[in-house]
Amino acid sequence: MAKLNELNLTELHDLLVSKEITATDLTEETFAQIKEKDPKIEAFLALNEEKALEMAKAIDLKGITTENPLAGIPIGIKDNIVTKDLRTTAASKILYNFDPVYDATVMEKLYQSDMIPVGKLNMDEFAMGGSTETSYFKKTKNAWDQTKVPGGSSGGSAAAVASGQIPVSLGSDTGGSIRQPAAFNGIVGLKPTYGRVSRFGLIAFSSSLDQIGPLTRNVKDNALVLNAISGLDERDGTSAGVSVPDFTAGLTGDIKGMKIGIPKEYMGEGVQPEVRKAIEKAVATFKELGATVDEVSLPHSKYGVAVYYIIASSEASSNLQRFDGIRYGYRSKNVQNLEDVYINSRSEGFGLEVKRRIMLGTFSLSSGYYDAYFKKAGQVRTLIKQDFEQVFNDYDLIIGPATPSVAFGLGEISDPVTMYMNDILTIPVNLAGVPGMSIPCGFGKDHLPVGLQIIGKPFDEATMYKAAYAFEQATDYHKEKPAILGGK
Amino acid sequence: MAIHEEEVKHVAKLAKLSFPDEEVHQFTEQLGKIIEMVELLEEVDTTGVPITTSVTPSINVMREDVATTGTSRDELLKNVPESENGYIKVPAIMDNGEAGA
Repeated sequence: MAKLNELNLTELHDLLVSKEITATDLTEETFAQIKEKDPKIEAFLALNEEKALEMAKAIDLKGITTENPLAGIPIGIKDNIVTKDLRTTAASKILYNFDPVYDATVMEKLYQSDMIPVGKLNMDEFAMGGSTETSYFKKTKNAWDQTKVPGGSSGGSAAAVASGQIPVSLGSDTGGSIRQPAAFNGIVGLKPTYGRVSRFGLIAFSSSLDQIGPLTRNVKDNALVLNAISGLDERDGTSAGVSVPDFTAGLTGDIKGMKIGIPKEYMGEGVQPEVRKAIEKAVATFKELGATVDEVSLPHSKYGVAVYYIIASSEASSNLQRFDGIRYGYRSKNVQNLEDVYINSRSEGFGLEVKRRIMLGTFSLSSGYYDAYFKKAGQVRTLIKQDFEQVFNDYDLIIGPATPSVAFGLGEISDPVTMYMNDILTIPVNLAGVPGMSIPCGFGKDHLPVGLQIIGKPFDEATMYKAAYAFEQATDYHKEKPAILGGK
Repeated sequence: MAIHEEEVKHVAKLAKLSFPDEEVHQFTEQLGKIIEMVELLEEVDTTGVPITTSVTPSINVMREDVATTGTSRDELLKNVPESENGYIKVPAIMDNGEAGA
C-alpha cells in the first residue's frame, strides 16, 4: 500500500470505505508522521491526540460510507480558529493560556462531516505577518527548505500539509495569508469569496477582509473541504445567504472557450524572472487547453498595499481592544490600578508587529487624520473593487503570480515595509472581496515552488476549481515532493 | 508627513500601550516609513468616489428576538485570570480614582 501520508482525500476515503484501513489506523499514522517530521518543521502549537483517537474510534464504530467523503480524515487547524477546550493562542503571548468555551462554526461543520481535528497550527501573531516569524512561540520552517520561511500568516497550515504530516488544514487569509504560504510550499490554498465561509469563531484581525479557507495537496481535495465549510451562518452578520454548489462537480479537465485575463500590473519588474517565466508557461498551458488568455489591466492594484495597511490596521486596532487582561488571557503582575492592567497587559502581551499595526490603525482613525488616511484608503478600495468588476465583465477568471518571489530566508527581511510589499499581488483580492487561490505551477531559484494565482468572480469558486483542476491534470508540478518526503 | 515622538506617545496612550523611550524612537521611525508609503494614495483622484468599508451588500442583519441559553458562568470564569465568588477580580482603582481608568 502507498504511504498513507502521501495519499489524497479520495484515495484515503476509498481505503476507509473498503475497510482496508480504519479511521483509527489513519489517525495513529498521522500522529506518527507529526512526531517524526514536526521537529524539523515546527508547524504544530498543540496536539489533540487523545480526543482525535476517541473520535476516530467512534467514527469506525459508526462506519464510513461513500456519502461521507471526509469522514475519518485528519485535519489541522490554524491557531486563530477557536476550538472548544483545545488551547487557542493566535500565536500570541496575550492568549498563551486561553481554552475556548465554544467552537467556531467551521469546527462544527468539520465535526458534522466527521473530520478529525488533530491539532493547532503555528501562524504569525494574530495573523499579522508574511513569514510566520512573528509567532510568540516558534518559527515554522518551509517544507522544501528548512532555512526558508513557510510564508505567512498560515505558515504552519501550509508547511504541515506540504511536509506530509496531514492531508489538509484550515488557514485564514486577510491579505494573502493562505495563498502566499500555499505558493511558498507548493500546495493548493484557497481564499473563498468574502461571506462564503462563516467567520464566527475566527479571532478577528481585520473583519472586512478575513476569510477562512482550506490548504491541500491537490485541487479536488480543496473543493471537497470547501463544500463542507461553506454556507450561511446566522451568527456571522457578514456571512452570505448564497447557495453552495458542489465544488467538485465541474472538475472535468475541459476548459475549452474559457476566457482568462492576465493583468499587466502583475507581471512587472518587481516579479522575479523565474516566477514570471513559470507564469508565462502556465499561460501557454491554458491556451493549449483551449482557453483564451489576454492581457488586461487592474490599474489601481499598485495602491493595494497602502490601502490594506490603513484598513487592516484600523480594523485591527479596534478588534484587538478586547485584549485587556480582564476576562481571559495574559494579565500583567506589575499593576497598581485598573489602567495598569490594561496598559501593562497589552504592552507585555502583544509582540512588536501587532503593536506596530495597532499604532498605525489608532493613528489613522484618530481625530485630524481620519479623512486623509482611513477615508482616502476606503475610497481607493472602491476603485480597486471596480477594476475587478470591469475585467470580470469580459472574463471568467484572472490569473497571475501569487507572490513576486519564491520563499525567502528565515530572518532575511527585517524591514516592515519590504515585508508588506511581499503581499502586493494577493492584497487586492481581499480588498475587493473576490475569491483567490494559489496552485503549484513550477519552480524557481533553489528549486523552490512557484504559485499561480487564480482569481474568480464573487461566489464563483466553481469556475476557479474547474480551471485549476484542468491545469493540474495537464501538469506534474503538484506531484513533485520536498526532500522531507523523499524528493530531490 | 513626518511623525514626531510626541505624536507617537499620544497615539500609544489612545491605544492603551506604553513603550520604553528607545522603542518610541524605533516606532517613530518605522511609522514614519509606513506613513510615507501610504502617502502614495494622495496621487489618486478620489473626488466623488464612495468609501468601501464592507464588500457585502447587507446593511443590518437582524435575528429573531428570542432568548436562548448563554454560556454558563462557571465555564466563562475558567479563563479569567483572577475570580472570587463567581465574579471577575481586578485590582482596586482607588489610588487615582476613576479618571485614571
